[in-house]
Amino acid sequence: MNDILLEVNDLHAGINGKEILKGINLTVRPGEVHAIMGPNGSGKSTLSGVLAGNPAYNVTEGSAKLDGQELLGMLPEDRSHEGLFLSFQYPVEIPGVSMVNFMRAAVNAKRKYLGEEPMSATDFLKLMRQKRAIVELDNKLASRSVNEGFSGGEKKRNEIFQMAVLEPKVAILDETDSGLDIDALRIVAGGVNKLKTDRNATIVITHYQRLLDYIRPDFVHVLYKGRIVRTGGPELALELEERGYDWIKNEVDGSNEPA
Amino acid sequence: MAQMNPLDQYLDLYRQNAAQVDAHSTGALNSKRQAALEELDAAAGVKADKRLMMFAPDYGVNLMRVDIPADVAAAFHCGVPNLSTLLGVVVNDAFHASSRLAERLPEGVTFCSLREAAEKYPEIVNAHYGSLAPLTDRAVALNTLLAQDGVFIHIGRGVHMEKPLQLVNIFSSPVPLAGMRRVLIVAEADSEASLLVCDHSRPDSAGCLSSEVVEIVLDRGAKFDYYNIEESSAVTSRCSSLYARQGEGSNLLVNGMTLIAGNTSNSYHIDVDHSHCETVLTGMVIAGGEEQVENRTRVNHLASHCHSSQLFKYVLDDRSKGVFDGTIMVAPKADFTEAYQSNKNLLASTDARMHTEPQLEIYCDEVKCSHGATTGQLDASALFYMRSRGIPEAEARTMLMQAFMADVLDTVRISSLRDRLRLLVEKRFVGQELFCGDCAATRNCES
Repeated sequence: MNDILLEVNDLHAGINGKEILKGINLTVRPGEVHAIMGPNGSGKSTLSGVLAGNPAYNVTEGSAKLDGQELLGMLPEDRSHEGLFLSFQYPVEIPGVSMVNFMRAAVNAKRKYLGEEPMSATDFLKLMRQKRAIVELDNKLASRSVNEGFSGGEKKRNEIFQMAVLEPKVAILDETDSGLDIDALRIVAGGVNKLKTDRNATIVITHYQRLLDYIRPDFVHVLYKGRIVRTGGPELALELEERGYDWIKNEVDGSNEPA
Repeated sequence: MAQMNPLDQYLDLYRQNAAQVDAHSTGALNSKRQAALEELDAAAGVKADKRLMMFAPDYGVNLMRVDIPADVAAAFHCGVPNLSTLLGVVVNDAFHASSRLAERLPEGVTFCSLREAAEKYPEIVNAHYGSLAPLTDRAVALNTLLAQDGVFIHIGRGVHMEKPLQLVNIFSSPVPLAGMRRVLIVAEADSEASLLVCDHSRPDSAGCLSSEVVEIVLDRGAKFDYYNIEESSAVTSRCSSLYARQGEGSNLLVNGMTLIAGNTSNSYHIDVDHSHCETVLTGMVIAGGEEQVENRTRVNHLASHCHSSQLFKYVLDDRSKGVFDGTIMVAPKADFTEAYQSNKNLLASTDARMHTEPQLEIYCDEVKCSHGATTGQLDASALFYMRSRGIPEAEARTMLMQAFMADVLDTVRISSLRDRLRLLVEKRFVGQELFCGDCAATRNCES
């Protein structure tokens, strides 16, 4: 294994011709937890979308390597097979597709990609049972359509359940705390911590410090106007919680050459 | 002459061969021809609509009842698993019973050729043949003018059938052929039955036109399910007109599924004549290539306390075209009617076209009604969500299209048929040959 799991270099990307990411650099090593914070509209969700391969975004410059392999240009499904996982801020409801069929398709697609046989029905059910326990996900949700009629907490737990099944090298959690009450937050964060090993890494995108009380970051980055403008340890998150983002905005906008 | 009316060739054909047509048919079928001819003559100057233009190419009509090799029917074996049916096969327009069909039918059930029925049970056939399908519908009039045979189903009073009846229509002809087929279904009071109709064309057949008029008469408290699957071919035109009338407290389900077609026009006309009836009218269309499929519906609520729901869904790919033209009519005295209509469509390519016209005519205050239509593309966010979990795009698209059809399949009340249809739909979406398992009707042609 590489000693760098994710290396993002001078990444520029946008949507509908508007540049949103203006040169992102990020290095993530095995066993690390990175938090990416920043005010609304700074490009946090764009970064996660670009890394996962959402076709809505255009990459104009730069590179992003997952465990040594270039991600950009790779199909979203192959990025998943290679070990990237994105927990969605707004998990999508898919009426008519049951959770079981959805997960079976995902698991077997990965096995096929890796040249393995499809999983047997009993092994698959066993796997589902094991992984559900990690986020205390109710069995009854398995027969329901994907995310349809799930509560906010159930949707986020379902994301972490999928992460548990797919065992990614790098997981990006996009605003996983939004819409969660304190009990759900504890369960979701507990799930993420259980999945943490010294061989994988987690990137937590969040607006608030709250989630970071449960998932302790090694590094905190502040994203503003499409660039990472500051990097520090966990204490940076606490400082942001206390002082807000304005002081960073002022610092950056003040020092910037006029547009 | 500016343009020849597509009717003319058939009117000429009939005039020249009227005696032969009658000689090879019988009683009730012959009794309506003169009236049909008068309607068509009267309409001769009227511009032909799109539906009638389907008859325009020069199709032959098998007036002399030249026998189609019986092995086509004898060789037929339906591969629908776990679906044990009582099977009849219609080749072009001639009925062939499966072996020992008559002895296997439960007491009180008749399933035979219409010609045979017209001779054996003239009182029933005379009472109902042509009683629902009006000659003012020119497609019906043309069918009435030339139809010489078809299918007769009679479910006796209080008979509850467990096994579904199955009717397989096979087109097989080396020359372009128009098959004019009549189906008459009479379900007596408090009976319960279901019929699965499968339309196939043998791939070696020349172009064919399938003209079909179905009449379904439900007496008080009768329950009847009518399922029709079309898996024909690009050179098939299908013009089907279904007319039904419901007696007090009866329950009718009509489900039309177009899986493979050339140019298809289905029209459904249901008169809910008496109170406390239940009507479910659903359909799905999966089309690609140059296929054209239209469904026209009309549910007339003529009595109080009835419930009807219509659901039609289309997935159109390539350069295919879909039409939905549906109407709910609630008559002045049909109080406490509940009637719903929904048409939802997915366009899978930029060249596919959908035309939809959902309509509601209400002449009564005490009703609950709704109608609506949507046409769009696959949900891009759902597609990306699935791909981000590793599901390849093509598979994700298939899963979403199948999911889109789930509620139409859910209306199927025979569980083994529902499972089988789900599989057929899945196969259709991934582009596999779907001819029902080892259906010999199509397999034979490959050898």
